[in-house]
Amino acid sequence: MSVAVSTQVAKARRGRRGLIALTLGWVALLLLLPLVAIVWTVAKAGLSSVTHTLTQPDVLHAFQLTAIVTVITVLVTGVFGVIVAWVLVRQRFHGRSLLNAIVDIPFALSPVTVGLAAVVLFGPGGWFAPFFQARGIQVIYALPAMILVTIFICIPFTIREIVPVLEEIGLDEEDASRTLGASVWHTFFKVTLPNIRWALAYGIALTTARAIGEIGAVLIVSGLIQGKTETATLFIFRAYEERQTAEAYVVALVLAGVSVGLLIVIESLRHRQEKERTRT
Amino acid sequence: MAVPGAWAAIRLTLITATIVAALNAVMGTALAWVIVRYRFPGRRVLSTVVDLPLAIPTLVWGVMILVLYGPNSFLGRTADTVGITVLFTPLAIVLALCTVTLPFVIRNVQPVLLELDDAEEEAAATLGATRRVTFRRVVFPAIRSAVMAGTLLTFSRCLGEIGSVILVSGNRTGHTLTAPVFIFSLTSQFRFAEAAAVATFLFAISFVLVLATGRLVKQREASE
Repeated sequence: MSVAVSTQVAKARRGRRGLIALTLGWVALLLLLPLVAIVWTVAKAGLSSVTHTLTQPDVLHAFQLTAIVTVITVLVTGVFGVIVAWVLVRQRFHGRSLLNAIVDIPFALSPVTVGLAAVVLFGPGGWFAPFFQARGIQVIYALPAMILVTIFICIPFTIREIVPVLEEIGLDEEDASRTLGASVWHTFFKVTLPNIRWALAYGIALTTARAIGEIGAVLIVSGLIQGKTETATLFIFRAYEERQTAEAYVVALVLAGVSVGLLIVIESLRHRQEKERTRT
Repeated sequence: MAVPGAWAAIRLTLITATIVAALNAVMGTALAWVIVRYRFPGRRVLSTVVDLPLAIPTLVWGVMILVLYGPNSFLGRTADTVGITVLFTPLAIVLALCTVTLPFVIRNVQPVLLELDDAEEEAAATLGATRRVTFRRVVFPAIRSAVMAGTLLTFSRCLGEIGSVILVSGNRTGHTLTAPVFIFSLTSQFRFAEAAAVATFLFAISFVLVLATGRLVKQREASE
């Protein structure tokens, strides 16, 4: 009997070790080795290659453009994300479930399709083209379209983070605030917003990561004009295609570094959010 | 759809998406299990590392795969000597897609596993069930819909993914040209109508899958 039990235990331990080894191997193959490879390659090329790349006007402009697109996207999706989430959870109206489904559409759409749709709407011969043409505003193959598609793709992130939190905290505090005579705005800023702040921060962090990394849609709507409509990811794409691999690697590594920093922020936010949730 | 190469691109995308979804279903469940149930050094780091694909841009993953399997790298040379070419083949597409979708199943299964009471598993074990039977009869039914949701999400993401694929796949028509890259190449030739046809087809599949995922998640929440 005891022999049977100990072989069972030994078997379980072996299975456990095997499973840990298998999963760690999978993660190493898919995530860690690629990271190590690029760090190694850039390190081997040396500091001069890094400084040479990061002082090029095209590269600086690309980073600047990525920053502009990202900041505007975060602001717009942040503000509208809070409003839409609040409407979805707190209001009852016809078409609510439809709105709920529509919010998820960017998850189902390929970024390429989003870019294509923007070209069809705003591009030459597009539905909205005459309107903007008459006013002399260049939408497609310019910054407005790049911001537009990035916002579209990032819409669900903040909403999907805030909705469950709003559902969980319920109406009690908000009702109490309003019965005590606080205005709707006052209640929102003093009661609702503090309750959803970690969810909002988490949504913003996810949005930032997505906006920085966006490629599929901007690939189509930017027109890929070097030094003009080129974001950091588009720079990497062009540099690689033009065999300027050293530059492509350096910019890729910088983006990876920024993203890893962002991930650490995301993880700590999630930690706090969970702590707060278990407390309440 | 009479666009030459369209069906080949859609077929390649559907095949690679199926392979990646299946791999991710198995490995994602295993990873979630290891992260939730086992205690070992590096577990918390592992739990953060699996989220890397959510943070690092997909194109950057593509670049990293190029470096890792390129002719100048150790892994690329080794693979070459045993007769495996990774870059610019369907294998590179599968690798890239596996990387960017790695967290999807884990993040769906993990919360369910955390809430699952291991008393049931212990009861099954005490009653003499082997570990395999316990997993199949006790654990799997509880996490099935979460695994399914993560797998569908993976599949639908694979249908639209371009950033990680475009550099590593080589984009040879009829061979390694996926549907999203095909749409991109059509639009850069200003063939918008044809691009829209392929895009609409992909979107139809993807939208049904996302709706199904939402329903699965709701079902799970209702059953809790």
